[in-house]
Amino acid sequence: MSEGLVSGREQRILEIIETTRSKRPRFKDSQVTMSHGAGGKATQTLIEGLFAPAFASESLDQMGDAGVVEIEGLRLALTTDSFVVKPIRFPGGSIGDLAVNGTVNDLAVAGARPAALSLSLILEEGLDAEELRAEVRAIAAAAEVAGVEVITGDTKVVERGHADKMYICTTGVGQIDPRARLSTAAIEPGDKIIVSGSIGAHGTAIMLARGEFELDADIESDTCSLWPAADALLEAGGAGLRCMRDATRGGVATVLNELARASQVTMVVREADVPVDAAVMGASELLGIDPMYVANEGKLVAFVAPGQADGALAALRSVPGCEEAAEIGEVKTEPPGMVLVETAFGGRRVMDLLAGDPLPRIC
Amino acid sequence: MKFVDEFRDAELGRVLAGEILAAVDPERHYKLMEVCGGHTHSIYKYGVDDLLPDNVELVHGPGCPVCVIPMGRVDDGIAIARAENVIFTCFGDMMRVPGSEQSLLEAKAEGADVRMVYSPLDALRLAKANPDRDVVFFALGFETTAPSTALTMKRAKAEGVSNFFCMCNHVTIVPPLRALLDSPDLRLDGFIGPGHVSTVVGARPFEFIPADYGKPVVISGFEPLDILQSALMIINQLEGERCEVENQYTRVVPYEGNLRALEVMAEVFELRPHFEWRGLGFISQSALRLSDAYAEFDAERRYETPGVRVADPKACQCGEVLKGVIKPWECKVFGTACTPEHAIGTCMVSPEGACAAYYNYGRFARDREVV
Repeated sequence: MSEGLVSGREQRILEIIETTRSKRPRFKDSQVTMSHGAGGKATQTLIEGLFAPAFASESLDQMGDAGVVEIEGLRLALTTDSFVVKPIRFPGGSIGDLAVNGTVNDLAVAGARPAALSLSLILEEGLDAEELRAEVRAIAAAAEVAGVEVITGDTKVVERGHADKMYICTTGVGQIDPRARLSTAAIEPGDKIIVSGSIGAHGTAIMLARGEFELDADIESDTCSLWPAADALLEAGGAGLRCMRDATRGGVATVLNELARASQVTMVVREADVPVDAAVMGASELLGIDPMYVANEGKLVAFVAPGQADGALAALRSVPGCEEAAEIGEVKTEPPGMVLVETAFGGRRVMDLLAGDPLPRIC
Repeated sequence: MKFVDEFRDAELGRVLAGEILAAVDPERHYKLMEVCGGHTHSIYKYGVDDLLPDNVELVHGPGCPVCVIPMGRVDDGIAIARAENVIFTCFGDMMRVPGSEQSLLEAKAEGADVRMVYSPLDALRLAKANPDRDVVFFALGFETTAPSTALTMKRAKAEGVSNFFCMCNHVTIVPPLRALLDSPDLRLDGFIGPGHVSTVVGARPFEFIPADYGKPVVISGFEPLDILQSALMIINQLEGERCEVENQYTRVVPYEGNLRALEVMAEVFELRPHFEWRGLGFISQSALRLSDAYAEFDAERRYETPGVRVADPKACQCGEVLKGVIKPWECKVFGTACTPEHAIGTCMVSPEGACAAYYNYGRFARDREVV
């Protein structure tokens, strides 16, 4: 058999696989496993195969970080998030910081200035009151920095062993900024892909803070409010700012895959241009983890039309904390729904959604 | 990163690619097998084969420790994990390997106390922290990881930790290579030898490959430049009509191996008369179990296990993939019924498995245009 024929057969099989993958996944598992919460393929199957069809909502089908509701001409973004991070305090922040910033950031990348939060606490019987006080202080401080008010809340206590210290759920609301023209399906070939700074710090900091590896490194979580970054991009990008995403669980790789699918485009990432802190890179290397899949809690990915990309990047870099923002790749047409990486070594490969669960409970 | 980036230098990669292009006979097709799953992973992750000429083909070998675990062993592990008072520990990849009914991850969701560890020492620590529970470590890997299991067992014995047990699935590299070389459907020109295994066993155990089978072997490191250089060294042997074991990974691999590690292994382990390999069947003297001196730590002697040989699912062609007879995409269920999220075969589970590496990284024809 000649090489040409082999290549043709391989190509046909790859096409069959792509067709299989482009279908809406069905949730067929007999029970929930940790993979369903990891942000990878199992999570996608749960959301697209069970939740989205059950609630059939146009806003939900957009699969944005926040949903949009219109009330008498006022366009509001609404989002909710639960936090189960372990340990609750880690270098650079704590569960309280995450609970505010995580929700604020889902609003910010939807183009909404965060206005108000609800705060729901599930506390484990026996939790040290000092630990609770510390988290309440952290929540208040983070809310103040983010310019958002906590206006309602709820408290539940469960028996010892039925929760791990504390879980927090916050819901946030904000008005969609009039400058925003964002949509997960608006990304077009030619658009530039921008990240707001060096990636992978949060997940790595949590992993090290658990003390499961005998590894010590000076790595802090990047948890912060992304509204200043989103604000700068809305101002500089104008209508050329197509979409923003908060690169939390599953990291930048997961965001790119979700959006490549939603917009039916190809994303090509230049590995050498992706900013990664040296300590994060070193820890990832030792642990065999790709920083592209590691969670961030203060980094966004933006898609900007080519004409506005340079201006948007410059504006972003002037925001404190975003000095390392970089253009990491470009949107193409073929093959749709796929993310490809030009490796720093000069090769090319696919960057898919993760199937496994490398790091449970990182947020 | 210092001492790492040097081995991923794109400019040097292009230089080596040029040298390979100059060294090959354009009329000849070269089929090189990388024995180790670590190489397979690197090749896909860095896109190493994009830099090779079309007539140099890399074939993936049997050296992925998770991939060679048969379903019956997974069932045995689950049986132990379900036993009363047991904390069952294993490496992360192993949790998703399907047994005949379920995986360890699913057994965990149903209530078995299965925990992921990163080293056997983590499992030993867990045993010391939970003196009233039995902690079982599912040990697996080639000679690369066997010494760390051996040292851990020695420490458990020295410290008198009586609630720590090992279910040993360690395997050795030479017997499956010999089985592979004896198989009639094999057509290979040379081997990219396993670097990590060789840090322990040295290069000498591979001398039978050129001596008895007339194929060159180059022990290789795992960075992309290592792999390219090893490919060049094999091609130079073939074109120069030489046939020997060469060591590209001299910065880590001594020709004689690590004698201290081999000593510890000899103390703690003994060869099993035979062991079943996924897809390859039973291979005699190809795996290790705890020696009589360590019998008290042997989970298989302490717990009842079904110990039943479970035939691989009919559709699964892991065996042919492990032998390099077919490419991952040539398997009938590849990418449709068998995917990393719902794997039928082990090669689709471990990131070092040829099918998972191809599915996650390589699912894109080399010559396809991106527009």
